[in-house]
Amino acid sequence: MTSLETRIEQAKKQLDDQVREVVNWHFDPEKGTPFWLKYAASLDFDPRDRIRGYDDLKLLGTFEDAWLRKTPVREWIPQGFAGRPVSVFETGGSTGVPKSRINIEDYRTDYELFSSTLSDEAFPKGADWLMVGPSGPRRLRLAIEHLAQHRGGICFMVDLDPRWVNKLIKAGKHTEFTAYRDHVVEQALVRLKTHKTIECLFTTPKLLEAICEKIDLADVGIKGIFCGGTEMNAQFHRFAKEELVPTIEFVPTYGNTLMGLACHKPYQNDGDYTITYYPPLPRAVFELVDPDQPDRRVAYGETGRVRLTTLTKEFFVPRFLERDEGERAEPTEWYPWDGVSNLRLFTRFSESVVVGVY
Amino acid sequence: MLHVPVLRAGKAYRSLNTQTLHDIRSGEPLALVSQANSGLIARDLNQTAAYQQTLAAIPAQKLYDMSNQAADLFLEATLPVDPIDGVMQSREEFIRCQSGTTGLPANMCAANMEKVATALRMTKTIIDGLSQGANQDTLNRAYRREADALGAILPSNSPGVHALWVPTPAMRIPVMLRPGSQEPWTPMRIIQAMIAAGYPPAAFGFYPSDHAGANEILIRCDRALFFGDARTVDAWRGTGRIQIHGPGWSKMILGPDALENGEQHVDVLTQAIAANGGRSCVNTSAVWAPPGSRAIAEALAKKLAGIKATALDDPNAQLAGFTNRRLAHLLDERIEAQLAQGGAEDLTAKYRGGPRLVEIDNTLFLQPTLIWCDHDHPLASAEYLFPFAAFVEVEPDQMAEKLGPTLTLSLISEQESLINAMLDSPHIDRINIGALPTNTVRWDHPHEGNLFELLYKRRAVQFAAS
Repeated sequence: MTSLETRIEQAKKQLDDQVREVVNWHFDPEKGTPFWLKYAASLDFDPRDRIRGYDDLKLLGTFEDAWLRKTPVREWIPQGFAGRPVSVFETGGSTGVPKSRINIEDYRTDYELFSSTLSDEAFPKGADWLMVGPSGPRRLRLAIEHLAQHRGGICFMVDLDPRWVNKLIKAGKHTEFTAYRDHVVEQALVRLKTHKTIECLFTTPKLLEAICEKIDLADVGIKGIFCGGTEMNAQFHRFAKEELVPTIEFVPTYGNTLMGLACHKPYQNDGDYTITYYPPLPRAVFELVDPDQPDRRVAYGETGRVRLTTLTKEFFVPRFLERDEGERAEPTEWYPWDGVSNLRLFTRFSESVVVGVY
Repeated sequence: MLHVPVLRAGKAYRSLNTQTLHDIRSGEPLALVSQANSGLIARDLNQTAAYQQTLAAIPAQKLYDMSNQAADLFLEATLPVDPIDGVMQSREEFIRCQSGTTGLPANMCAANMEKVATALRMTKTIIDGLSQGANQDTLNRAYRREADALGAILPSNSPGVHALWVPTPAMRIPVMLRPGSQEPWTPMRIIQAMIAAGYPPAAFGFYPSDHAGANEILIRCDRALFFGDARTVDAWRGTGRIQIHGPGWSKMILGPDALENGEQHVDVLTQAIAANGGRSCVNTSAVWAPPGSRAIAEALAKKLAGIKATALDDPNAQLAGFTNRRLAHLLDERIEAQLAQGGAEDLTAKYRGGPRLVEIDNTLFLQPTLIWCDHDHPLASAEYLFPFAAFVEVEPDQMAEKLGPTLTLSLISEQESLINAMLDSPHIDRINIGALPTNTVRWDHPHEGNLFELLYKRRAVQFAAS
């Protein structure tokens, strides 16, 4: 069996290979991405010559938040993909104007890779799904349906507009907030009770709590719950496992419009409910960095701000400082690269941002 | 480290999500406080009908006796604070922790313990006063219970406010408490004292949590008390089921007849402004007097300026320290900025002989401040967490008209027309007539609403003649 050290080295090499392939693609004058080609014109070097691996990405500086908010979206479509159907997905908008990301096949690839981490007992092939969560301009709208279809199921949908929920909460309209939550939950209950083929559920933590107040999900045949869409901490993980859905497999997951879909280190029945996410390397990678000196990677176990790099032929985002922080987690047998534990809103943003309300 | 748990139906539960409380002087961590996730709170609050049943059959006199015993236990006993690890807390340790995390001087912590104990001892008197003597053992013959539990979103500023909710279990209604983030100590100690005195543990929920958790309590409890600043509580006004305890804007008013020997009232005015470190909603934030009152204002300023910041463990300490250093600086800067607009003068500045903001023993204090200004100046209606008041000259015949929201008004005057004008005012919650400071509170009187009337509604019950 290959040692963990060897697998870590293999992952690093895979990452460097991916960096070269993606940089060559996005900076290719014929097939490349208009945004990156314009950016390259402002550099005194050709990124294809100088960027030979992940560490060289720092030559491109730091990816700026505003680029995804203000750049015309078509400038992100690689010329090599001209004519392909394009979707656009938006981030939550909790830190201002939403960031937009184009998508062609990435979400399908991400969710197919994620699918391979799900147990067939809890998420049976051919079983139908219910998705209760943020849809609209979000990737989840198509991604969960694709996951269900990829596993041979059909996906029933109940949509939720988290921006409206945020507005209600910010305005202190608690009655309206409760009414809207109940409206969403009622729709979910109707589908769960009507369609006996539904065995898998995607929903958010808050909606899971609200649904579980009304119904025992095991009684209506749910076997697996894929939970995400917003931040989740160890206490919620434990609460879900011990009280909300003790007999159902509960998979907490972190997705991010810019990154793709992370995988969670499986719970080991050891009382350690810490949620540790691992990015889908080599398609994306996290670094945990010192917020005041972003070039310093923090030590394992130390708190840092998440710096994300996304590396696909559809979308290239190098060294983007995310709105999240967490503790740097060590590579594991399942994921021989760095992860992040206790992911949460970056402390310095937390006073002004409403999240986790859905 | 000490770990203050969540209490679910009185049973300790340790959350994986914790908040660390530090001693504001040394920065030393004092305790971890378990934070309840909102789903957990919601799940528990669905059980409140069952919790209420644990109180339903207990005779009123027994409830009063248990509250009376709880008063002694609260004051003197060593009580559980971390039941999971079997950690107990003595009175002395309680005061040390409370002073350390809230900035209240130790002597004020002890004084506030007395307030809470008094309310526990007076439970029967309070309930009789608020219910106008309704027979508590046959209550459902005349009243409908409006809630299975009373929620309470509690503050950190002054532990004396806990006196407001402590009669609730004796009204046979469980309490679901969200403590102030810096002050889990008092509600935990009251609960443990009441359980030790014989109250059923299921009558108590203790849920340190974030705003989402607080909202869950406010949404799910049919009746609740909500302590908070104006911006926070405004969204919950007007529901009829939530009793709001926001800023007090309490006032002392001197009538024309009080001016002649006005300086004799300086001690009462000083107490109204500065008692309990100026942290209570019943502390005066404005003194109104007819034109010609400058001499009284000067005398008051001189007296207030004599109150100096001292270490929190000084037995004669009169000022509380700020837990949030940034807030102390911001308030000081805001006052200076508003003074700079003109039309206002810090009367205390010349007597104080130094800055308003001082640091003693690694603790920031804002020292007493009396502002001389017009009624329309922004500082005339400001309310801050230290002894701060505006002294405003207002024509007596305009006082009632200009009053605005006032939790407690003390009117020093025997002039009938002025007394009647104040009694007729729709803005005042509590009125003292005579030289009583605004912080003179009787718990058997309504305070920002009547707790009994919040929890029980009069109704008709008829039996057919047999």
